Amino acid sequence: MTREPEVRLPAEHEMPAPDNEQTAPARRRRSVSARQASTDLALIAAFAALIAACSLLPALYLGGGLVPITFQTFGVLLAGAVLGARRGFLAVLLYLAVGAAGFPVFAGGSAGLAPFAGPTAGYLISFPLAAAITGFLVQRLPRRRLATSVPLILLAGLAGSFTVTHPLGILGLMWRADLSAQAALLTDLVFWPGDVVKNLLMALVATAVHRAFPDLLPSRR
Amino acid sequence: MRLLHRLPAGVKLAGLLVFALLTVLVAHVVVTAGLLVAVLAASLWAGPGCAETWRVLRGFAIIALLVFGVQAWQHDLERAVVVAGGLLAVVLAANLVTATTPMDAIVDVVVWLVRPFRRWGADPERVALAFSLVIRAVPATMELAAQTRDAALARGLHRQPRAYLTPLVLRTVAGARATGEALHARGLTD
Repeated sequence: MTREPEVRLPAEHEMPAPDNEQTAPARRRRSVSARQASTDLALIAAFAALIAACSLLPALYLGGGLVPITFQTFGVLLAGAVLGARRGFLAVLLYLAVGAAGFPVFAGGSAGLAPFAGPTAGYLISFPLAAAITGFLVQRLPRRRLATSVPLILLAGLAGSFTVTHPLGILGLMWRADLSAQAALLTDLVFWPGDVVKNLLMALVATAVHRAFPDLLPSRR
Repeated sequence: MRLLHRLPAGVKLAGLLVFALLTVLVAHVVVTAGLLVAVLAASLWAGPGCAETWRVLRGFAIIALLVFGVQAWQHDLERAVVVAGGLLAVVLAANLVTATTPMDAIVDVVVWLVRPFRRWGADPERVALAFSLVIRAVPATMELAAQTRDAALARGLHRQPRAYLTPLVLRTVAGARATGEALHARGLTD
């Protein structure tokens, strides 16, 4: 009596849903996809934890302790670049959900719903989308050669942070701190240099991961 | 006094949402001051208590002061009180909910919220499993980060984050694959 292994978690190499007619190849296919679903779940959880560790690592404080600089965005975009759009998105979403539930994983060891109520909430909310955009682009990039892979992943990461993280961060500042667009943009500008450095670091590390685990991302379509 | 602790998590979260909307929609000094006093009283009396409330207030003080200053300078004092006070009230209310609600209860709410997304492939049980995996993995990953950092320092690579981030990420991926195999072998994700 075997239970029907239902693969509900979005998997990158998802197979067609199994039906009740059990032929040998179908059973093997299902077993492969169930194994993939387990690995995907473990990878999503591991990267959520990695983002937490990146957020908790000793940080640099700018502006008299006002703006904590951590590796948080490094971890967020790396999840997208290494896991791809769907799993990367889910890993970051899981990280935010665990933090919101009260487990101390946000910058400076804070947790709970308070970080979502403050003026920097826009940045937090943008993270899953930024990972998804970066992952979407990296999945479609040539990843064979080191010389092209690093700059292309850097650009994908910058695309993720500049299409969603900075705009949503600015909107959050405008809404929650009631700043003018100009003042919010100036505040956001503080993050730009660090962001570029973290993206470069992300591209270097992601390239190393792609070389060590070539089957982690599905091959280019 | 124990009422806040006994209320269902979902009710508290919905209440927080209403509270946050109130601070944004009703822009009046008296209302803002009332909300702020109410949430402060609840925090001190029924919720997280003096020390915890003070910790949150102190952590948020610089941002609140900055917001207050910018508003007072660009608009007027009344608006500064409404914006900074409202912000402070929501942060305290959010902290009040977190402090009076066990983490499991909030995870249960998240799992409940996932249920309508079933048809798009989301599985509430798997979400709960993912939560417990992360909570176990965070200390382990922090430990791994400390190890890889020490190894990089031992090689004299003081100023190269890459020298410890790369092994940290590679070991994280390898560990996750092993965990995935173990989950599959135990049939935990079937």
